[in-house]
Amino acid sequence: MIEVKGVTKSFDGKTILHDVDATFQTGKTNLIIGQSGSGKTVLMKSLVGLLKPEKGQILFDGRDVMAMNGDQVKQLREEIGMLFQGSALFDSETVLGNVMFPLIMFSRMTYSEMLDRAHFCLERVNLKGADNKYPSEISGGMQKRVAIARAIALNPKYLFCDEPNSGLDPKTSILIDELLSDITHEYNITTVINTHDMNSVLGIGENIVFINKGYREWVGDMSQIYNTDNEALNHFVFATDLFQKVREYVVDNERRTPPSGQSR
Amino acid sequence: MILTSSLTTFGRYCLFISRVFSIPDKWKVFFKRTIAEISKLGVDSIPLVIIISLFIGAVIAIQMQLNISSPLIPAYSVGLATRDIVLLEFSSSILCLILAGKVGSNIASEIGTMRVTEQIDALEIMGVNSSCFLVLPKVVAFLFFMPILVILCMGTSLIGGLIVAIVTDIISVSRYTYGLQAMFNEWYVWYALIKCLFFSFIISSVASFFGYYVKGGALEVGKASTNAVVASSILILLFDVILTKILLQ
Repeated sequence: MIEVKGVTKSFDGKTILHDVDATFQTGKTNLIIGQSGSGKTVLMKSLVGLLKPEKGQILFDGRDVMAMNGDQVKQLREEIGMLFQGSALFDSETVLGNVMFPLIMFSRMTYSEMLDRAHFCLERVNLKGADNKYPSEISGGMQKRVAIARAIALNPKYLFCDEPNSGLDPKTSILIDELLSDITHEYNITTVINTHDMNSVLGIGENIVFINKGYREWVGDMSQIYNTDNEALNHFVFATDLFQKVREYVVDNERRTPPSGQSR
Repeated sequence: MILTSSLTTFGRYCLFISRVFSIPDKWKVFFKRTIAEISKLGVDSIPLVIIISLFIGAVIAIQMQLNISSPLIPAYSVGLATRDIVLLEFSSSILCLILAGKVGSNIASEIGTMRVTEQIDALEIMGVNSSCFLVLPKVVAFLFFMPILVILCMGTSLIGGLIVAIVTDIISVSRYTYGLQAMFNEWYVWYALIKCLFFSFIISSVASFFGYYVKGGALEVGKASTNAVVASSILILLFDVILTKILLQ
């Protein structure tokens, strides 16, 4: 579990995050949602230690990141996997080389064990036969899957994903969402996904944190989001006619279907 | 204002270098990367060094013949002057200025692209010291291979002059080769090698520094690459004066 307590972050005197509190639960897909410029990427970068907040605490299973020394941070980072918006695969390495990279750097495995583990991770993300291809030779969706395979290579306890669906077609986006959700449940990982893809919000959002103008505005799950009276969240999630109709349909269905307890 | 910003940049550079010269996370990976960098930065520069050295050596020989054609100056002076110009200035300073363009822009754009595509962030999140992992092999490789390039440049430049002596009649081969050997001062070779070590460190570290701190996109990577070449060229010229004063006087 990751706990964020009163985190504040500013750039050049402008406060981007205002006293943000949030809890990201283990074994669940935790989503940070919000409009562009709302501060969700700053929050995620603060969580992974790429940015240092001025105020507040970030606790990884009770361990305060802000109070850690260099070695402790390094140790914690070995427990973290991250999927970047642009995949961030190493251009000079092949697909296999990218997945093996964290194993080479941080594991004590033999070469054949590393190879087995890398192949296992690539198979887990349904990517076979691309071992010797370079990132520039594969599609965006495949790059994301390689990045996921690299992120899970060291069996991370925490998985961070920064807009995993950006630049992908809807079908591939759903596949990536399902993959992230499956991996989270299978390995009991604390997964934090930064997204503004409404399909992800309504499809895999088990714990959703809505950030608006740097403030944590709302917390809930994908079922609660249909009935929220939070104006900013409604404007954000149900901004299009399609999603408004989806909400009307879901809400109508809930009204018509009596709760299971009453029907008995 | 300029002084403040220069001092700030120098301070950042010192902090960057202190992170670069830390113990590598995995020695095996470090050696592997260093060998790859020797190939990329050093071996791949050999054709450029040979071409430039051959032509410049030939041009120096022709110009020496044209400028010192006097009955009071012995004919072998062409070989002697060509040799000393090559040893004292061309093989180290001018070659390094040329390589600052090739190698410096290569390093700055490679690391800069890694920065803007979040590859450096990915390394940091994995717990890898990205500055040491990316930059130290480049600095070590270039420091190791630069003296080889300088010696190659010396030899090729003198051969360029020799080719002029062979294919033209402006100077005889025997007088040119006699001039090459006349009043030879071994220290000039050491002087060039010492200078090239300083210059190779400047090229690799300054270019890495500019690439590492790129912010933005492709445009900024291009700017960083240009700035890296300009800054390392100025530093090479500055250190050329300082080292010449120290080593030759």
